[in-house]
Amino acid sequence: MTESSNQKASVVAECLRSWNPQAISEIIEFRGETTIVVPRELLRPAAGRCRADAKLQFNLLTDATCVDRYPVGPRFELNYHLVSIPRRDKVRLQVRVSGDDPVVDSLVPVWPGANWLEREIFDLFGIRFSGHPDLRRILLPDDWEGYPLRRDYPVEGFRDVPSTGELFRKSSTL
Amino acid sequence: MSTAETVIGATKTMVLNMGPQHPSTHGVLRILLELDGETVVKAVPDIGYLHTGIEKSCEDKTYSQVITLTDRIDYLNPLGNNLVYCLAVEKLLGLEVPKRAQYIRVLMVELQRISSHLVWLGTHAIDLGAMSVFLYCFREREEILNIFEMFAGQRMMTSYIRIGGVALDPPTGWRQAVEKFLRMMPSRVDEYETLLTQNPIWIGRTKDIGYISPEDAIALSMTGPTLRAAGVAYDNRKVFPYSSYQEFNFNVPTRTESDCYARYLVRVAEMRESLKIVRQAMDKITDEGPIKAEAPGIIPPQREKMKTEMEALIYHFKIFTEGFSPPPGEAFVTVESPRGELGCFVASDGSPKPLRVHFRAPSYINLQALPRLVEGRLIADVVACIGTIDIVLGEVDR
Repeated sequence: MTESSNQKASVVAECLRSWNPQAISEIIEFRGETTIVVPRELLRPAAGRCRADAKLQFNLLTDATCVDRYPVGPRFELNYHLVSIPRRDKVRLQVRVSGDDPVVDSLVPVWPGANWLEREIFDLFGIRFSGHPDLRRILLPDDWEGYPLRRDYPVEGFRDVPSTGELFRKSSTL
Repeated sequence: MSTAETVIGATKTMVLNMGPQHPSTHGVLRILLELDGETVVKAVPDIGYLHTGIEKSCEDKTYSQVITLTDRIDYLNPLGNNLVYCLAVEKLLGLEVPKRAQYIRVLMVELQRISSHLVWLGTHAIDLGAMSVFLYCFREREEILNIFEMFAGQRMMTSYIRIGGVALDPPTGWRQAVEKFLRMMPSRVDEYETLLTQNPIWIGRTKDIGYISPEDAIALSMTGPTLRAAGVAYDNRKVFPYSSYQEFNFNVPTRTESDCYARYLVRVAEMRESLKIVRQAMDKITDEGPIKAEAPGIIPPQREKMKTEMEALIYHFKIFTEGFSPPPGEAFVTVESPRGELGCFVASDGSPKPLRVHFRAPSYINLQALPRLVEGRLIADVVACIGTIDIVLGEVDR
């Protein structure tokens, strides 16, 4: 961890704390990357603050993704990677969500670019985003069962798919 | 994929299904167009036809095995995908890569950028009716693929960039091959420009088409040449340098018109800048030196050592059976791919297999702005707008 990344982290933390003392539940520094853990209820206002604050100016939501820590709880970690183009800075906002009630506020009102990123997380992890304008599956078919990127979803899938060899034998014996 | 009927429901307009097997969609992209006469009222992209679950497969592989999967995400930029994944894992491990290997990486990635832009230019031009540009572009791309074959033994799915460095030392005669290419290429770029830049049909099909304001582009998370053509000089190589890009001297071309023509000019200018970087990288690469970091237990030992030293043999065996375990944590790295900001997020739980590998695919995120570019325009402009975003469907669907 370098000194400059420490200072940068403190700028973001200070701005958010002066806005709302409850806004930060934890700050993690790892390999020069700053992760700010935000309580679930405060995600949208905190994100709005990061975008609008003149000292922060995180105008680009570059990525949003999810990590499933199953069986450890709270199960889901949502990571939002923010970039400030004018300040040349990066930060990661993190929200922890339990598996029983995976609902988070959508960030589409803050960054319209969150639309497809959140649809992808919904599609593959089954996390619902309240306030999302168009929450449908995006990569998988509509009738797909389950959420494949969850850790309790096997890599081979649930259904038994006959192998091509089996299919060939069946078709050739007819 | 979804039922579009629920989305598009107006009565006096016509819904036209474009794709998934439409030649101008560069793969399998389906777009539902709601048309009022020839004007597009609404466009809804429908993706997922190439979804292969690469991110899920990564969870079942060791860190080194994932590299071959990354090649197949954006199949016009396999080296860039290798690079971003390796940088993310190296960040997790806290591994320093030798300078020589970094320069070789830069050389390869910039050649890849030129080849990717050539495919873009050729296919974009053929979509808009300029046949010969396509043939010329693929002729030069062939030269680049030959260089890749020299280096990696593979033309496309190279897997050349590995964790901690690169797979092989540059082969004998590589300088002559790259030199020959660098001498030939500038005049070839001029050739494309003489065919297109002043061509009235080309200008008619691309100028003032597909406008997006810089504010909207940033709000929609667009990056790469599309954003730079809107006047925002955001390039990861300059803003967040990686692989020693800060030591290279190059410009970031920008335009302010933010239409298809401006994006064409930006990409052509980028090809010339990449040639400058390739030249500098070639001068920086010394004939002798390490191509891999020194990290026993993570980087496979050299063949000779493995055959003669007991410890090296044990490490070799362990790396290829069990893998290595980075400390628990997360790393997110972004690089500038030909299409925009390519990111890789790797989360480790301290086991030899990654907990989560996620790719921030620039095609996927840029494609989301397509309705904004085409709505209110003519149906013929849709083809120009798809081309100008430069999507690769393998990367969109992953």
